[in-house]
Amino acid sequence: MSAAEITTEDLRARVRDFLATHDAPRDPTSAERLNFLRARFDAGLAWISYPPGLGGLGAPRALQPVVDGEFAAGGAPDNEPLRIGIGLGMAAPTILRHGTDEQRRRWLRPLWTGEEVWCQLFSEPGAGSDLAALGTRALRDGDDWVVTGQKVWTSMAHEALWAILIARTDPAVPKHQGITYFVCDMTARGVEVRPLRQLTGEAEFNEVFLTEVGIPDAHRLGEVGDGWRVAQTTLMNERVAIGGGAVPREAGLIGVVAQTWRNRPDLRTPGQRDTLMRLWVAAEAGRLAAQRLREQLAVGQPGAEGSAVKYAYSRLNQEISGFELELLGEEGLRYDDWTVRRPSIMDWQFRSPGYRYLRAKGNSIEGGTSEILANIIAERVLGLPTEIRVDKDVAWKDLPR
Amino acid sequence: MTLLYSEVEQELRAAVRQVLTDRSSWPTVLAGTETADSHDRELWRRLAADVGCAGLAVPEKFGGAGASWRETAVVAEELGRAVAPVPFLGSVLATAALRACEDDQLLPAVASGERTAVPVMTLSTPPGSPVPSSVVVEDAALTGTVTSVADALAADTLVVPTSHGIYAVEAADTARTPVTSLDLTRRLCNVSLSSAPGRLIAEGAAAERAWAAALAAGAAVLASEQLGVAEWCLDTTVEYLKMRHQFGRPVGSFQGLKHRLAELWVAVTQARAVARYAAGCVADDDADAPIAVSIAQAHCSLVAVRAAEECVQMHGGIGFTWEHPAHLYLKRAKSDALALGTAERHRAALAGLVDLPA
Repeated sequence: MSAAEITTEDLRARVRDFLATHDAPRDPTSAERLNFLRARFDAGLAWISYPPGLGGLGAPRALQPVVDGEFAAGGAPDNEPLRIGIGLGMAAPTILRHGTDEQRRRWLRPLWTGEEVWCQLFSEPGAGSDLAALGTRALRDGDDWVVTGQKVWTSMAHEALWAILIARTDPAVPKHQGITYFVCDMTARGVEVRPLRQLTGEAEFNEVFLTEVGIPDAHRLGEVGDGWRVAQTTLMNERVAIGGGAVPREAGLIGVVAQTWRNRPDLRTPGQRDTLMRLWVAAEAGRLAAQRLREQLAVGQPGAEGSAVKYAYSRLNQEISGFELELLGEEGLRYDDWTVRRPSIMDWQFRSPGYRYLRAKGNSIEGGTSEILANIIAERVLGLPTEIRVDKDVAWKDLPR
Repeated sequence: MTLLYSEVEQELRAAVRQVLTDRSSWPTVLAGTETADSHDRELWRRLAADVGCAGLAVPEKFGGAGASWRETAVVAEELGRAVAPVPFLGSVLATAALRACEDDQLLPAVASGERTAVPVMTLSTPPGSPVPSSVVVEDAALTGTVTSVADALAADTLVVPTSHGIYAVEAADTARTPVTSLDLTRRLCNVSLSSAPGRLIAEGAAAERAWAAALAAGAAVLASEQLGVAEWCLDTTVEYLKMRHQFGRPVGSFQGLKHRLAELWVAVTQARAVARYAAGCVADDDADAPIAVSIAQAHCSLVAVRAAEECVQMHGGIGFTWEHPAHLYLKRAKSDALALGTAERHRAALAGLVDLPA
């Protein structure tokens, strides 16, 4: 059977056959769980759009929810996708597209099973929106590279075994041309991870200091100097990281606030009600636009709507969480906990409204600021002229900083 | 339910756009606003009869195309893009009422484009309104006045809601007085009936159902028209800002304008999704239709107005002139925002529908 002919029914049958021969382990921390996930990977039922031999069947990505749903219905443990999101969403597509066969075989299986957690070493204190200005240096030393610099906003760095890393290999050429893409062993000597406390009080992210860290040349992804192009694969996947299935009405923050409204007649005022309804309509408009985008992706018409969805979602979360505090009045003056925590999974529902308000401020900064997304929409979708640039043809070492 | 366009819908769109390009470019529309004709008769004949737009949502057994409000909504997008002066919205409202009543006397002529039927209702009628009772019936003769009625000047038959059900009345048997309208491309009139003869179409619960069906289909299709208006305004503004130079560079390279247009594009992308969802729900008679329609109206009304206002502003001086078409879209967008209930009325209706009580 060729990949193009794989249907929903075929996939259901494959999962059923798999479950008939592999008992779903009951204790989710056991070694059986790992063995089960490895077997699922080897059967091509991990990420079905990946090639055979690398956890997939070369099947349409749109059918992934069929497989995940069938495993969930069979009581099988999953690979905790929220914990390994950076690996699944960003590192894996980049390794698949730009890695050698040997690199794919080495990294993709333990990445998918969650045995090896990944993080991303891209942003730097001096290179945020202008990522291509990064200054972390990688110097060639025989079969190795020696890397020195500082990275920031690294979630999961304290649990990760591997990192995708971009570093400057040639300062004498314009900034986009002198970058190379590596995979860095987070346990290597010279890697120091420090928690970075955010305005919420918790330390969801880290700073990572790299001091003469050795990276074998075999851990380079793509050609020397081609790292910017390779990084585009990573960044595109970051912004298209939209879930597989349809999202029900009132699934997000709007649901939390709507429930508060229903349960608390004492809080209601006519003015708050119209504000609530404005936000409710905006949430539905955003949800339906995301649903339409998923439909487009499923039939292979990927539009630039991904940027639009993220742009709208950031603002909406900020407005809703701000409204929630005002609705609550006195209760909005309080906060649940300022002590430093290190969450590995973000859960909005179980923290206080004050936390939601503060955490939402990060939505319009992380994964591309809203201003950068607006530039992308204006220039790549609407085709408006680019900003006049002063940095494109200047050697990186000569840029003012 | 899909939110994408089908191939048939895209073909229909192309056919409608071709007619509009040939017959209704904006200079023609602008010139038409200063004539006595309330609408472009020949354009409407071609769209209604030749392309078959009037009969799309009419079942085949009544001589229609047996398509649905989804296809009808695609036509509305194109008519919005062109601010075409044709009585399509009135026709949609009347067709929905007649369809709900299965009125086999009028539907075939409406479907073929031979006759244009339009409801006698004030254009700003909000969602959930009961059947209006300002027209009274005595011995099958109708008497009363309804103000600010859209498209009635173009009608052959008027569909008249009254205190005793819904009637069909020959337009020639009424007095239609044009009023000076904010929207130059959808002219209003006051309709007076003085013992006008009428034929009863529906009464009691059937009349209420037909009236509700008309308001739902009308509001859903109006959302698509608003989408079309917004798209034209966005596209036209983007093209102008690529070409217009000030300070030695294209105006469109300034971030202050780019970001506003990016935001508008996001809103238009959402408008397309909600308008498609509303049209799909009404077409499928989905239980979510009242919610979907009010979401679409609450969102698209604001987006169309914002797009038209940005279009005027970003064109600068030329955008404030009579000779540039931006004002036609501004007037249509603002008028559409009041038509069939403002965004605020739809939000209030929604609050009741989704259990967010006062």
